[in-house]
Amino acid sequence: MASPVSTLEQQRSSPAVPMRGSKRRRRPRLTGWAYAAPTALFVLIFFVVPVVLVARMSVSDWGLFTGDRGWNAPENYQDVMDDRLLWPAVWFTIKYTVVTTVILLGLALALALLVQESSRWTGILRSSFLVPSALGLASASLLFYALYSPQSSPLGFLGIDSFLGTPSSALWSTVALIVWRFAGFYMLLLLVGLQSISGDVYEAARLDGASRLQTFRHITLPLLKPSLALCAILCVTGSLLAFDQFYILTKGGPDNSTITIVQLVYNMAFYGQNNLGRAAALSILILAALLVVNLLQFRGLRGRED
Amino acid sequence: MRRILSAALAGLLITGLAACGGDGDKGTAAPPAGAGVDGVDDGSELTLWTRAPLELQAKALVEAYNASHKNQVELTIVPNDDYVAKVGAAAGSGDLPDLFAADIVYVPNWTKSGLFFDLTESIGQLSYADKINQGHVQAGTYEGKKYVLPFVLDLSVVFWNKGLYKEAGLDPEKGPTTLDEFKQQALAVQKLGKKDVYGTYFGGNCGGCNVFTWFPMVWASGEEVMDPAGTKSLLNGPAAQKVYSTWRELQGAGAIAPGSKDETGATWVAAFQEGKIGVMPYPATLLPTASKTVDVGVTAIPGVTGGGSTFVGGDGIGISKDSKKTQQSWNFMSWLMSEAAQVEVLAKNNSSVARTDLVDNQYSAKDPRVVTINKAAASPQSKTPVAVNFQQAFNAPGSPWVTLLRNQVYGDAGSLEKDNEAVTGVLGQ
Repeated sequence: MASPVSTLEQQRSSPAVPMRGSKRRRRPRLTGWAYAAPTALFVLIFFVVPVVLVARMSVSDWGLFTGDRGWNAPENYQDVMDDRLLWPAVWFTIKYTVVTTVILLGLALALALLVQESSRWTGILRSSFLVPSALGLASASLLFYALYSPQSSPLGFLGIDSFLGTPSSALWSTVALIVWRFAGFYMLLLLVGLQSISGDVYEAARLDGASRLQTFRHITLPLLKPSLALCAILCVTGSLLAFDQFYILTKGGPDNSTITIVQLVYNMAFYGQNNLGRAAALSILILAALLVVNLLQFRGLRGRED
Repeated sequence: MRRILSAALAGLLITGLAACGGDGDKGTAAPPAGAGVDGVDDGSELTLWTRAPLELQAKALVEAYNASHKNQVELTIVPNDDYVAKVGAAAGSGDLPDLFAADIVYVPNWTKSGLFFDLTESIGQLSYADKINQGHVQAGTYEGKKYVLPFVLDLSVVFWNKGLYKEAGLDPEKGPTTLDEFKQQALAVQKLGKKDVYGTYFGGNCGGCNVFTWFPMVWASGEEVMDPAGTKSLLNGPAAQKVYSTWRELQGAGAIAPGSKDETGATWVAAFQEGKIGVMPYPATLLPTASKTVDVGVTAIPGVTGGGSTFVGGDGIGISKDSKKTQQSWNFMSWLMSEAAQVEVLAKNNSSVARTDLVDNQYSAKDPRVVTINKAAASPQSKTPVAVNFQQAFNAPGSPWVTLLRNQVYGDAGSLEKDNEAVTGVLGQ
């Protein structure tokens, strides 16, 4: 008696009814397209078309008020590279991204570990940490602007002369806002990761006599890597695209020390230069840089998973 | 499927490009002058955009116009920081409103970009054309054609706190008449040693604030801040240097409130309004607001050895290139310049009038401070600076002007020549 598997293989390879077989093959393919179509259309309208438009703008003499006045490549790209604020903005954005990512992920992990175990206060603590995430970033920035204003600040007891008046204080004051706003959100992501680690693994480690530190280092951290990597990708991308917080708190000052790369795009397009072509050229360069950064991050993540 | 996707992509691209590069209906509208000096009042719906700082005056004007005309104006107030972007997007797609106001320092750039309808002939028909504030009219003139009239004047003057002056042993009825007096009076208030009270305040991280308040100090001294073409900075002259050194000395003496160094302009006027500042240059439009909490004295901004000047700021208004109701829109603009609007709406609401022949009116006579403000606006030393790249050189965050002023007050004062050249570099682009 032939096995069911071999019978199925025979049916699949049988040339007896070729038309019906090809229709069957086509149907799942069409069904797949049907499932993907809404998302594909969404991506097409909201990502592909704008990117093509921006690419087109980036090689045009395109003023904010004057519209498209024709092809001018590579002038916009040259102007971007010659902009006196480009490299300060790039270095500041990278510095801000590194500082924010390290502090934010460290604190979020600490908070997640703190509220991992259920206890009497866990619910209140989790909610308290998460509440700032419910506030819009612009609103939070305005709140901190008032908090940092010497006229209205209740933080006078800290003895800090100026929260935003020097390059260093402006950076750290903004990082404080971002950490306050996002730590709870990343804590939640890490908490989900922590709770997906089976209790049996910890039980086994305990029976083997592992200390708390050893358990954290050899079990928690390795198993939490996918969640940490997700948080890192979100945090790095968000920080490289930082805008609202600096626009509201510092307007790029003092002394142009906190101009981020996206704020430079905004300045080129709307505030000062009124040059959409140049802003589009810088946007394309940022997109390319982000693609490289994210590809490297994904590659690193995949390598570790393998 | 591939074909469908290609067609969809092409369609979207064409639509998108058309939307961004369209010319609207430019050139199809009737010339406003054809309808005479008053324009047309036929019950049309008109749209008007203005920015948030002028909301009070804009609402009062629109309400009064709508109540007395068949035409009806629909007012849209746009947040200050979003205004340029909104106008730019609308200009690109041919969707500008019939009428829109613009910060007067941006007007030269916008007239050059062709955003406004030519009103030369219509303005010429007004019998009082030469009495309209010439600073605004000149800012709205490009290549000999007039595009803009004053919408609301915003003037910079010196405010002082009479209560603090009395405590400091100063004459509460006498403000500073020279830069040195300004410094001495600020220092006298500072010497009171009162908690949270300071001699003066300024926008240390705000280009626009110091254009508005420091340029008049140079003008009052008989000097200029730019060449007549608006392409070369003269902010390294003797009077300008005296302005910087005055503020640097005040900073060194601790007489400037600590928030100044961070001030981006958002809370620039708050400390005075709370009664914590002795004397500072201030927007005249805020006199009614500041007077609610402080006994305010008002004078023109002084120069090195006297004189009095003001920055004639605020917004100019014009008919947009996209308007199809130009003759109806001119009806609003013509009314705006009339005594009914200038005196019965603006002066009545404690705002400055835009016509020199209406400076002395029944409402200003009630408050001598308003007369002082109106006279400062009409002074030959008061100006509206005109430069196509004004925004980029002075007002934008990170502008070379912000670098210059911060170096002069807080940093390396020896960098003046280099910083001034940087301003010229942007102005001349």
